[in-house]
Amino acid sequence: MALEHADVLRAAHLARLGLSDEDATHYLDDLGRILEMVDHLQALDTEGIAPLAHPLDATQRLRADEVTETDRRDHFQRCAPAVENGLYLVPRVVE
Amino acid sequence: MHDKTLTELAASLAAGEFTSRELTEHQLGRIERHDGALNSFITVTPDAALEAADHADASRARSEAGPLTGLPVAIKDLFCSDGVLTTAGSKMLSNFVAPYDACVVERLKAAGTVSLGKTNLDEFAMGSSNESSAFGAVQNPWDTTAVPGGSSGGSAAAVAAGLAPAAMGTDTGGSIRQPAAFCGITGLKPTYGRISRWGIIAYASSLDQAGPMARTAEDCALLMNAIAGHDPRDSTCVARGVPDYTADLAAPLSGLKIGLPREYFGDGLDPAVEAAVREAVAVYESLGATVREVSLPHTHYAIPAYYVIAPAEASSNLSRYDGVRFGHRCENPSDLIDLYKRSRAEGFGEEVKRRILIGTHTLSEGFFDAYYKKAQQVRRLIRQDFLDAFEEVDVLMGPTSPTPAFDLGAQKDPVSMYLQDIYTIAVNLAGIPGISVPAGFVGKRPVGLQILGTHFAEQRLLNVAHRYQQATDWHLRRPELAEENA
Repeated sequence: MALEHADVLRAAHLARLGLSDEDATHYLDDLGRILEMVDHLQALDTEGIAPLAHPLDATQRLRADEVTETDRRDHFQRCAPAVENGLYLVPRVVE
Repeated sequence: MHDKTLTELAASLAAGEFTSRELTEHQLGRIERHDGALNSFITVTPDAALEAADHADASRARSEAGPLTGLPVAIKDLFCSDGVLTTAGSKMLSNFVAPYDACVVERLKAAGTVSLGKTNLDEFAMGSSNESSAFGAVQNPWDTTAVPGGSSGGSAAAVAAGLAPAAMGTDTGGSIRQPAAFCGITGLKPTYGRISRWGIIAYASSLDQAGPMARTAEDCALLMNAIAGHDPRDSTCVARGVPDYTADLAAPLSGLKIGLPREYFGDGLDPAVEAAVREAVAVYESLGATVREVSLPHTHYAIPAYYVIAPAEASSNLSRYDGVRFGHRCENPSDLIDLYKRSRAEGFGEEVKRRILIGTHTLSEGFFDAYYKKAQQVRRLIRQDFLDAFEEVDVLMGPTSPTPAFDLGAQKDPVSMYLQDIYTIAVNLAGIPGISVPAGFVGKRPVGLQILGTHFAEQRLLNVAHRYQQATDWHLRRPELAEENA
């Protein structure tokens, strides 16, 4: 499955990763070769084999629906770039 | 002091030969003298270390010391340490002071250990040479023109150089075992889920596992006793009893069945590495083990499957770095999308971007089944290879890496760097434990023997590694550092 310039830009947009046209050209070659290496998988017949998501085939454990955390908002917001009154500041979204 | 193993240091502290403060001051002095060139630490925390050492000495004075009380350790800078800069080797987190301790850090503190600081690593643990760190490359103490391996390169180099008697690492595709091999130390990647991932900055959540890196298997066992076990905060951490990992270290190996995977001795393996590994296997035969060849037929599909699964999980895990809640934020964003895109473009390095792009592409509409689902199916086949092999043998042995440490700056092509991890990556896909032990040298550069066991066989692996270290002295060799002041 050959990769094209537009695919790189599309992935970059989906990942919210700033990438110029020239950057995309730069990555196209590397990513193309990685996918070429990955394409060896297609040679294997995996019909009927269940995908393995967890190496011990464990399922998600459930816990009781109880409050276990205390409110430490101020502590956790100390590492934020910009906060005010407990809110994260970002550029205006709605005019 | 710095030539002693963790176990020997524990005995010296218990016997009152020196205090934890004296030991900690000695290690901090070595870091000060030698780490400028090696660059194995990103952050050293002398004040906190001395405070913890005094606390440990006070506990000992009250006869409240445990087996690890007062022992210095270094922590890979992927574990959150409360109030300490925690960077993941990335510009993205170059200003991130973690607001809590990772479970492993918490347990090491509770055991009375003294953290010396945070060690260098490939950015977000993505790499095999430590060269992708935003804080610069690390030198291999055995040969300063060589890489220390990665991603836990700083941890491995710090232990090899005697800057710390032990360190914590993480292993997603070989990141404990390969740097341990390259730096001539012992490194254990436990079974997936054996140790809590809580507070470890996530790379690929279905593969990541923390583990100890030290001089000897005995030292790794000592650390495992402190860090292994259930933690409800990590839903993938297994609720299963923890044995005393030091209890069976000396058990005899007579009757041990060793399998040598045919695929681990093929093309691309450096003949000098192969010779060292075969010599190690001969030592095991002399200790009463029997050896046979086995096959792991899907070995060559492990790297392709990994480079779908790991980047896919990484692209999801790293979406949290958005310039809003923590980490790097770009200057003067024009709107929210610009804030996200520029913060991430500025904060992430090249290898991380490559993996985010691959992961996002393979998970995107129209590609999911062909890549991600296919890779997960292949993952089951790879795990089955190991389960079948462990029906016939107790442990598998082979080289940790096809070559000794390569030169700094030598691996320019990402794909050829990825292919170096041929013997370590399948282990993470299968979730089984593996240990790398020093088994010789090629020139100045160490060679690692990798020993693999079935799920939760850590105790057996440590026993098998320990008996080898009783019979050989590769793990006792120390590199000569430049400007060594006695």
